Amino acid sequence: MEFDIKNWYNKMNRGDVLISFKGVITPSIITDILDLFEIKLVNADVEFKIVKRIYNVLVESLQNLYHHSDKISGKNSFARDNNYVVFFVTKKNNTFTVSTGNLIKKSKSDHLIKHIEHLNSLTKDEIRTLYKVILNNQNFSEKGGGGLGMIDLVRKTGGKLDYKVYDFSDEFLFFNLNVYIS
Amino acid sequence: MDPISIEGTPKTPTVNFDANKGTVEVKGRSIPENSIEFYKPLVDWLEAYQSSPKELTQVNIQLEYFNTSSSKCILDVFKKLETIFKSGNEVVVNWYYEEDDEDMLEAGEDYQSIIKIPFKMIEIEE
Repeated sequence: MEFDIKNWYNKMNRGDVLISFKGVITPSIITDILDLFEIKLVNADVEFKIVKRIYNVLVESLQNLYHHSDKISGKNSFARDNNYVVFFVTKKNNTFTVSTGNLIKKSKSDHLIKHIEHLNSLTKDEIRTLYKVILNNQNFSEKGGGGLGMIDLVRKTGGKLDYKVYDFSDEFLFFNLNVYIS
Repeated sequence: MDPISIEGTPKTPTVNFDANKGTVEVKGRSIPENSIEFYKPLVDWLEAYQSSPKELTQVNIQLEYFNTSSSKCILDVFKKLETIFKSGNEVVVNWYYEEDDEDMLEAGEDYQSIIKIPFKMIEIEE
């Protein structure tokens, strides 16, 4: 049976949700989400440094979704649109969680998971060194991404990347990434 | 050489490059989806400027936010400035960061460790 994104979304979209989104991601939607987030946090009692970190994590997470979600075609009514993604920001106690979900081709998942596991195994100093090495390497990916997105998420949060994968179809996995900021 | 003057948007910075004054300024937010498109004219301008730069080029970078794809483009800007510095001209980079924004200070230090031109880290008080 196919993984039910809608059910998963409804289950996640509970508690102290600051922003939630499901749909097709475009540059103008990213701008709107960022505006909304700023309005929400402008009067909230959150430390300036934390607000900036969350904003940075939002930018990278949303742009990762925009650049790297795989497009699905076919009959599936929920995810057949291009770049269909889900996205939440939640708050529990003093920890903010930025959660994203998108479809990726199974053929690409090994590479992605190895990359995340590698980043999770590094110390803070090793992450900073790796960031500088990749920054100084002139290759851009064909999608214009710098290859630095995930590293930046680890660096900004100082923690590990928490991810889950769900079998979606023969060809696709649903990939959920959770980033914690406190 | 014609100056570059670009007004900022929610995703792109305010840019002022002036060859007569020898000033290079980037301020605001740099978080576009396609950074290469935004930065290419800036890097091309510096490429032309490096053939007859001012004795002193003052660079002011005051970013509130930048995304990782901009970070590579900003490095390209610095590399052009490094070429100008290495050919015997004076170049000074003023890297501004808001008080308590350790992440932006660290980002400036990262560039400073890669690019061999003098950097000044300047804290802006609220």
